[in-house]
Amino acid sequence: MTHLAIPKTYKLYIGGAFPRSESGYTTEVRSASGAFIANAAKASRKDARDAVVAARAAVSKWSGATAYNRGQVLYRIAEVLEGRRAQFVDEIVQAENVSSQDAGAQVDEAIDRWVWYAGWCDKYAQVAGNANPVAGPYFNISVPEPTGVVAIVAPQDTSLLGFVSALAPALVSGNTVVILASERFPLSSISFAEVLATSDVPGGVVNILTGSVAQIAPWLASHADVNALDLVGAGSVDWVSLEIQAAETLKRVLPPEGGPDAAAPALARITAFTETKTVWHTKSLL
Amino acid sequence: MTFLEYAPAPESTGLLSLREAYGLFIDGEFVDGRGESFATISPATEKTIAEISTASDEDVDAAVAAARRAYDTTWSRLSGRDRGKYLFRIARLVQERARELAVAETLDNGKPIKESRDFDIPTVAAWFFYYAGWADKLDHAGLGANPAALGVAAQVIPWNFPLMMLAWKVAPALAAGNTVVLKPAETTSLTALLFAEILQQADLPAGVVNIITGAGATGRALVNHPDVNKVAFTGSTAVGREIARSLAGTSKKITLELGGKAANIVFDDAPIDQAIEGIVNGIFFNQGQVCCAGSRLLVQENVHDEVVARLKERLSTLRVGDPLDKNTDVGAINSAAQLARITELTAAGEAEGAERWSPPCDLPAEGFWFAPTIFTNVQASHRIARDEIFGPVLSVLTFRTPAEAIAKANNTPYGLSAGIWSDKGSRVLAVADKLRAGVVWANTFNKFDPSSPFGGYKESGYGREGGRPGLAAYLKPAPLGGSVGEPAAPAAPAMYAGAPATWVEGSATPMYVPEAASLRVHANATASESDVGAAIGAAADGTASAGEATAAAAATSATTASTAVPSAPSDTAAPSAATAVPSAASDTAASSAATRRSARKKADK
Repeated sequence: MTHLAIPKTYKLYIGGAFPRSESGYTTEVRSASGAFIANAAKASRKDARDAVVAARAAVSKWSGATAYNRGQVLYRIAEVLEGRRAQFVDEIVQAENVSSQDAGAQVDEAIDRWVWYAGWCDKYAQVAGNANPVAGPYFNISVPEPTGVVAIVAPQDTSLLGFVSALAPALVSGNTVVILASERFPLSSISFAEVLATSDVPGGVVNILTGSVAQIAPWLASHADVNALDLVGAGSVDWVSLEIQAAETLKRVLPPEGGPDAAAPALARITAFTETKTVWHTKSLL
Repeated sequence: MTFLEYAPAPESTGLLSLREAYGLFIDGEFVDGRGESFATISPATEKTIAEISTASDEDVDAAVAAARRAYDTTWSRLSGRDRGKYLFRIARLVQERARELAVAETLDNGKPIKESRDFDIPTVAAWFFYYAGWADKLDHAGLGANPAALGVAAQVIPWNFPLMMLAWKVAPALAAGNTVVLKPAETTSLTALLFAEILQQADLPAGVVNIITGAGATGRALVNHPDVNKVAFTGSTAVGREIARSLAGTSKKITLELGGKAANIVFDDAPIDQAIEGIVNGIFFNQGQVCCAGSRLLVQENVHDEVVARLKERLSTLRVGDPLDKNTDVGAINSAAQLARITELTAAGEAEGAERWSPPCDLPAEGFWFAPTIFTNVQASHRIARDEIFGPVLSVLTFRTPAEAIAKANNTPYGLSAGIWSDKGSRVLAVADKLRAGVVWANTFNKFDPSSPFGGYKESGYGREGGRPGLAAYLKPAPLGGSVGEPAAPAAPAMYAGAPATWVEGSATPMYVPEAASLRVHANATASESDVGAAIGAAADGTASAGEATAAAAATSATTASTAVPSAPSDTAAPSAATAVPSAASDTAASSAATRRSARKKADK
């Protein structure tokens, strides 16, 4: 008895829900051999703006969670991702035309990196912050804090690994994210949204858009409620213009990185989206 | 005679021996600028102090070239210990000449002598002393072992704390091993030029610090110079935005300290005497010409009337006048242009319906003066509650609950500093957590220390000055890659701690490669540490050091080529259309997978 497959409708992920693009536009995604896979949603300017609104609304809860709690939620994502390993492998084999072994390696690496970052949540502040020995009767301490809403152009060359490698570090400190998936391999990002949606991640903490990077990125780069811009996967579009637009509100910007090592694991990826707050308090004379 | 009437006690200017005209300080010597020179005046009297040169584009080129030469041949070859010794020398020379520097600063800037003498100049010495000690401890800066200097730093500083801003910029840059081209503000170049004389006394190798004077065009030419690796700017958000825009797409590392509109929050349980002093210090220190000034006073509603009454009483005792007088509390506004801006914004405050009050005070006939001013009945939408005034003008707003105080405090595109006054420690800490500002002063205000990071959130800029972060801002991790054949370490993000990357025009698509792969390799990548004498000897012998640099370049190129080249195909095949996958992509995917595997191996280590 044969089973007729039920193909998935790939939509966007905004505010914890899976809406279609408000524009009604979709983009045909085909395999390397040219076979039709799916119609991915093609996000519009309004989708991007909705995603920023959702991300901003989620900042307080996510950044206000304890570091221990954020670490557990991120670890939970790795658990759920592991459970869906086969689904991602199949998706990557179909989209990228690689062997299932290579696809499996990509998923394994994505899981491992996610766990690596999860462990940083309650540690990076100790590494990046410190007490300052000022010359006076003051308690003085510097601590890193999340910068707010981070917009990310995910690496373009992989379905899952680049996406995960850019997303995870921004979440560690408590930022919320609007991320543009790889234009060529967008589908795994939406499957990843299903992982997020079942991992206790509050709605709006991660918002995922698929579609044209060249069309959507400028709306994020110029959006006044976005605090930082990660252009790691924007090397093939006019990223200098994006950086110029980001200068209008002095966003923190990371430049594009090429190749398969784009967004390689680094503490600097976490601290790039933090602000150092220094608090002085008087000590009384005894 | 009341206690407010007092005999004049002016600080003597007799210890100053100023020249009539100053040139540019390039490559260890004073040279004439090729631009049109201009007068620097005392804002308290409008009298000319000296003629200052303007650096033309050619002069900027010469200064950057001198800094590059000094970097390649001298400074990057010095041991950290010897760099530190030069910085200690500078700190001591500043202390020795402290009074002279204070008088010159007050003369040129208009700030009260008690501030330049007791705050600005001691802070300058402290900054050099602090970073001197870092120079031989860079492994502990937070970037791993053997971090590298960036190269030539272009530094543009404002007029509100002229020599102090110079120290904040120059000290960490030199400690980290960079060389410097610094441009002081047009109206306050004097102490930077006296500082150049101090550098000569310290026998700092020529070209390590170059000081060029001029207006905005000179600064623009400097930060946009292609041979500059780092840009540090303190000044207005408008100019900071312009710099960020013009440096987009370059690998220059940037630190921006921009404007602010700090909230100073006073709860009803605040220690009132200290709070009044703190509020006055917060907004009238340096005539309010402070980026982190507490210009928005948020007072809990039930103590508003008492606080305002006490403030008015205190303001009536402030002495406004001759900055050189040791009793003066509030000096001159730095320039006619700044006075016009303050005047315009305060007029807008009145026009928008806020209530204006100033104590009775006689302002001198000559010079630029503005009486300390308080606005009450200020709404959050008023320009005087939103725009940075940069003058002795306080806007008073009220709140009822801590949540309202936090919301109002954060209701600004700026995020540089904030103040909290309350006797309840738990509330202070909770409010401090919620404020989106880089520096929070609790039951104090306007405190600075070389060990304490300073810098803003949001449109107040990015990067920190002071402390370990201030040092890291002038460093990058050790050059990537080990021996030939070993996979290079992944490129880290460039903005804060990462390796700056270089933009390479490729055949089809430009690609981003770690800086180590570019042809310019700074000599310190391989240079061994040597003593001062040997290094200066090397400086004199330019041929030998250039040869070594070339060898280093060859070695490093060989190392990094193996990683830079394989990434090219995947970049070239970057998707141009979302629907079709180019046939070349299968090759690309295979090579990507191979490189991924090697990357994985490395990550496992």
